[in-house]
Amino acid sequence: MRIRAQVAMVMNLDKCIGCHTCSVTCKQTWTNREGTEYVWFNNVETKPGIGYPKHYEDQDRWHGGWQLDRKGRLTLRSGGRVKRLTRIFSNPDLPSIDDYYEPATFDKDILVGAPAGLNDTPVKRPHSALTGEPMTVEWGANWEDSLGGAHERADQDPNITGMPPEAAAKVKFEFEKTFMFHLPRICEHCLNPACVSACPSGAMYKREEDGIVLVDQNKCRGWRMCVSACPYKKVYVNHATGKAEKCTFCFPRIEAGQPTICSETCVGRLRYLGIVFYDEDAVLAAASVKDERDLLDAQRDVFLDPHDPVVRQAALDAGMPEEWVEAARLSPVWRLISEYRIALPLHPEYRTLPMVWYVPPLSPVLDATGAAGRDDTDADDVFHTIRDLRIPVEYLAELFTAGDADAAAGVLMKLAAMRSYMRARTLDGTFAQELLEGIGMTGEQVEAMYRLLAIAKYDERYVIPTAYTKDAAALEAQATASDGCSLDCEGGPGMGGSDGIKAVTERFHLVEDGGDGGDTVHVGRRELVTRRPDGRMGLTIDPTRERS
Amino acid sequence: MNTVVWIVLPYLCLAVFVGGHIWRWRHDQFGWTTHTSQLLENRILRLGSPLFHLGAFGVIGGHAMGLLVPASLTAALGIPEHLYHLVAVWAGTVTGVMLIVGLVLLIARRLVNGRVRRKTTSMDKVLYASLAVMVGLGMAATVVVNLFGPGYDYRETIAVWFRSVFWLSPRSDLMIDAPLVYQLHAIGGFLFLALWPFTRLVHVWSAPLAYLWRPYVVYRTRRGPVPTPQPSPATVREATRR
Ligand code: SF4
Ligand code: SF4
Repeated sequence: MRIRAQVAMVMNLDKCIGCHTCSVTCKQTWTNREGTEYVWFNNVETKPGIGYPKHYEDQDRWHGGWQLDRKGRLTLRSGGRVKRLTRIFSNPDLPSIDDYYEPATFDKDILVGAPAGLNDTPVKRPHSALTGEPMTVEWGANWEDSLGGAHERADQDPNITGMPPEAAAKVKFEFEKTFMFHLPRICEHCLNPACVSACPSGAMYKREEDGIVLVDQNKCRGWRMCVSACPYKKVYVNHATGKAEKCTFCFPRIEAGQPTICSETCVGRLRYLGIVFYDEDAVLAAASVKDERDLLDAQRDVFLDPHDPVVRQAALDAGMPEEWVEAARLSPVWRLISEYRIALPLHPEYRTLPMVWYVPPLSPVLDATGAAGRDDTDADDVFHTIRDLRIPVEYLAELFTAGDADAAAGVLMKLAAMRSYMRARTLDGTFAQELLEGIGMTGEQVEAMYRLLAIAKYDERYVIPTAYTKDAAALEAQATASDGCSLDCEGGPGMGGSDGIKAVTERFHLVEDGGDGGDTVHVGRRELVTRRPDGRMGLTIDPTRERS
Repeated sequence: MNTVVWIVLPYLCLAVFVGGHIWRWRHDQFGWTTHTSQLLENRILRLGSPLFHLGAFGVIGGHAMGLLVPASLTAALGIPEHLYHLVAVWAGTVTGVMLIVGLVLLIARRLVNGRVRRKTTSMDKVLYASLAVMVGLGMAATVVVNLFGPGYDYRETIAVWFRSVFWLSPRSDLMIDAPLVYQLHAIGGFLFLALWPFTRLVHVWSAPLAYLWRPYVVYRTRRGPVPTPQPSPATVREATRR
């Protein structure tokens, strides 16, 4: 046994209101730079829907993730090492920018510089952030928000095509007859990351201490194999720097004991962050189990019980600080995944052993209960809907349990039972013991689970130990030294250096001025600060930044 | 004049080649990349890039054969001069055509596609222009002089001069009577080497062969000191209240 700690996340999907606050704060923190206009480390998509980038779940097309070869060995779906190197000149599985969307920007000067007394309202038109040409906006990272355009496209959702045909035929995208929920996605920081395994230059790595998967910006050579190998399409090419970038799990914050930006700002307070111990030696075997439907249990078996004294001792022996062992014991993530067993991984069949798990939403089932003329506050009616209506359940099973509808139904039963138990408890003051038998949990467990899901405060939702205390002295030193951040290179993910002048923001003027003789900002000039047409000084970014 | 062109220039270029790489590695590993633009344009690249790269491998291999292997060695191995010549010219022409078609496609996509055009730096333009000139001269030498023309035995002159540069006893006299295309191609070649470290061509040295035997998942420890933990909002509130 080789024990390792992993920072992991669980999202409770029932509570996501699809406000995109997480996406926006993440973008402002990490990807508001040239070259990453189209990049959303955190995106929120509506399910059913084809997602961002389009159809990313269709692995027959993108060849992301792992599969078992004929001899039962785990191989990357896009092929072995030699095959990958032969495709290095042109990667056939790479999504193009149009599979994401063409980023647009607006020429705001039209509004800012409009003279007084106009008869017509000035209008800013969208311009492509890639070419500067006027464009029509036709797609975006959340184009299908709340089933927008679903009647045309949602039946192309790979999760629906994967459902049993009878059930798939019943999914109707008619207003009021359908179901939907939001699915926020970040990098899964997988235990068996396909992106790291496909990186030819070895620039991507998983951190030993906390399992965060990162790209070494100085070692990345732009072979773009990680992008196609990740089945969740959560590595992106920065087209300005020519390097791969991905969700960092906000590691500078995690190291300081703070939650990620997306968690911190989540309006629904539905994200949980914590430590999970796992056995690194068991990872390969778990990712290689034969039946896709066994992957969920196989991955749960890789995790180690932080309450077990043997495990705790092993962690201490491996050099983990007390604080970490304690954090693992209090981890809300461990409780949701392994104790209550209500969190499920997204697409376990990709065999990357993802580490961002989801409590599946009960709301689609409740909607279906209502639509079937049943009472969605009545546990029996909900149970029956779960059992015989099958439509949302089969769909959730495609997402979270490799199509195992019983496993998905089991989790939904628990959520429904908890709901009814707490309802009876608070409204009538009765204890509905019969509900507990069906789900095999005690009353205390259900109440603790309810507390964690419904009212847990900041400190209960985010249990993050600070980075190694053995570095305490270095930590002091850092406070006084002004080394700056290692990511603070021009165009790098850290952006602004300690001197602050290298800050890279989005270009204000994308469109080149037609040469009216004024001090216009010229695409291609290198000054960081230029005089804008209105006479004020503004930041300029050079799109044709010289890298040679 | 001869000394300057056939002795000083090569050494100058080689010095820039070596020094430039050292400088670039030490100062700009972040810029050390293929600078892929496949994300922005894939239709032409899908054909052009493999053609160009495979053609380039062939052409580089051909140059190594022609310049580094002395004629006496092939003769000693019993390879008839005629056979050698036939292989060299035809293989050179085929890989050269691949290279040219690939290069034309790659340049075309930079001109035609607005997205890629905007991402093309001036250094890229210099690089593409010099590549085009070099390939043009090389093909002229192979096709015009050797395939259809009278032929020229560069192995007795240019190759010997080229090797003599590396033996540190450069023989400029051998180059004086070479045909003009060959002379220009040779000068261009050295200038091209001098340009190399400042362009995206540096990615050649990062060809990821080690990938073939390294383990799939790479683990690394966090390095460097930990950042200062920031006080939680609650403690800040506490502190300011007092
Ligand atoms: S989800 Fe993250 S860790 Fe997993 S393969 Fe994709 S980029 Fe890598
Ligand atoms: S901030 Fe929270 S509630 Fe809002 S979309 Fe993101 S995950 Fe959902």
